Amino acid sequence: MFLEVLISVQKVIGETKKAFLTGNEAIVWGCLAAEAEIMFGYPITPQNEIMHYWTRLAPEYGKGFLQTEDEISAGFTVCGAIQGGIKAFTATAGPGNVLMQEPFGMAEAMRLPVFAVIQQRGGPSSGTVIYSQQEVSLTAFGGNGEGHRIVYSTATHQELYDYTIKGFNTAWKYRFPTFLLGDGYQAKMREPLELYEPSERGIEIIKPHALIGVEGYISEGREPQHLRNIYSMEEELYDVVLGFEAEYNSIKNDIIEYSEFQCEDAELIIISHGVVSRAAEDAVTALRSQGVKAGSFRPITLRPFPREQLLNIIGKSNAKKILIAESALGQLERIVKNEIYGQTLPIETLFMPGVGIIDYDIMQKVKSIL
Amino acid sequence: MVAPATPKSWYLPSKPHKFCPGCGHGIVLKALGETIDELDIQDKTIFGCDIGCSLLAWDFLACDSTQTHHGRTTPVMVGIKRARPELITIGYMGDGGGYSIGSQHLLNAAVRNEKVTLILVNNTNYGMTGGQMAPTTLPGQKTETSPYGRDPDLTGYPTRGPEFISELTPEGAYVARATVSKYKQLRRFLRNALRNQIEGNGFSFVEVLSTCPTNWRTNAQQTWHFLEDEMEQYFAVGELKSPFGRGDK
Repeated sequence: MFLEVLISVQKVIGETKKAFLTGNEAIVWGCLAAEAEIMFGYPITPQNEIMHYWTRLAPEYGKGFLQTEDEISAGFTVCGAIQGGIKAFTATAGPGNVLMQEPFGMAEAMRLPVFAVIQQRGGPSSGTVIYSQQEVSLTAFGGNGEGHRIVYSTATHQELYDYTIKGFNTAWKYRFPTFLLGDGYQAKMREPLELYEPSERGIEIIKPHALIGVEGYISEGREPQHLRNIYSMEEELYDVVLGFEAEYNSIKNDIIEYSEFQCEDAELIIISHGVVSRAAEDAVTALRSQGVKAGSFRPITLRPFPREQLLNIIGKSNAKKILIAESALGQLERIVKNEIYGQTLPIETLFMPGVGIIDYDIMQKVKSIL
Repeated sequence: MVAPATPKSWYLPSKPHKFCPGCGHGIVLKALGETIDELDIQDKTIFGCDIGCSLLAWDFLACDSTQTHHGRTTPVMVGIKRARPELITIGYMGDGGGYSIGSQHLLNAAVRNEKVTLILVNNTNYGMTGGQMAPTTLPGQKTETSPYGRDPDLTGYPTRGPEFISELTPEGAYVARATVSKYKQLRRFLRNALRNQIEGNGFSFVEVLSTCPTNWRTNAQQTWHFLEDEMEQYFAVGELKSPFGRGDK
């Protein structure tokens, strides 16, 4: 019986297979492959199908689900389950992401390995249910804290699967709240990808452990665990926050990821993230065929940001200009400018808040600034 | 003179506790400690507290404990219980946390019959933040945000929590209102509320009427008078719903 359970846990995917899925489905398979145990969620478009697929698969794999009364509750139930030592997760978007900043803040303060999927929709307010890149600031720096979070911005369905698995591992290894930042396009599109057992790729799934209800008996001398996120003295909190900062900085280099495309001899570097980076790479190929030496840089981790890597790439290129393209009004731009302070290259921008960007948009912009 | 025994499940390094002189929290936590000892559940109890005066209990018990934001103790305890059903989860909150900012969590946890035990201490005001009007402030009662007395035409009547929770919960739930002025009854209600969770019957909720001389600006005699003669008149003490039958010994 035990062996059967073990086998079923280990073999969610079985043999590596090609699949043609929506992004929300790909994420659910990633959650199962990452050995997530329970989802807490509240309906909001465009993440709903994560709950739909999870609730359909959950009984088959002995997993839990609770539809809570709101996103605040979904976030806090995740925090509770994680303190109990269970791999829990949630998914949300837009105004739901706003409400979840409260529990995400607690996760930051108590170093709870929360994993949350954010499928960005248009904003401000209810905005649209469709698409945007307008939840960058909120996801990376939301709450009344210092943004001690890890944010992966995905671009393909393969990455949705890969970074869901990696996201759980990052969260449980480093104990900083970790986010998969997708968007409505990625959520709803269908795209081919490969599903695999993490062990087949040499990925070890990090096991959860409890913070309360831990091993041993208090009645026999074990110290009780007293967890908190509030302090009496300014200096106590100061030490806590500086401790977080030091640890965050010390693990940064293990976490930072980026990709670059033809930057080496580029005279113009396009910086973008998420699905927009696909348009940027297509634009680079097309522009080069027309004699324009463009390159593309894409931060995969928006927090922590690949600062040194970007500076190196700019330094080694022939760049005369930078173009930042995003489906928001400068949320990525603010991060980039802050990170590469001191760089003197002129920065041009293509901001299309809440609207998709295709290669043509980028090419037009590039031609207008050359 | 023999000093009263300290509950085994009290965490001694955090004593003496940090509540104001005359505050009822110490009595509630003594009753809770004795009940945890009696039921022998110290090793599997998870105690969770809110923001507000209940926060001061974050290291009160020698039980694994956690603390969360104002009003969010209920979902945190629900998350722990859903993740680890073998644990006994006790959420501890005030009337502001439970009936105001956390009311939709409380209401929905009750409707879902979550197998947690919640203890809500009702002292008719927000004590920690300096004595503002609470959902439970009595008509005419002066607070920092109702300096001329609570006017029900403007701010409604006090919330009767156990009454609405007993309407919302299915059979198997346990709902009671106790008072720090009736210690043995308080102990009995807490025992029933925890027994109910141990047996897995359903949601368990105990409101405890308590005292706040600091913010009421009352002396000992006036404090007791307000509790027994005014609060207990508006908030009827007793078991409203019990799988163990009324008047369980």
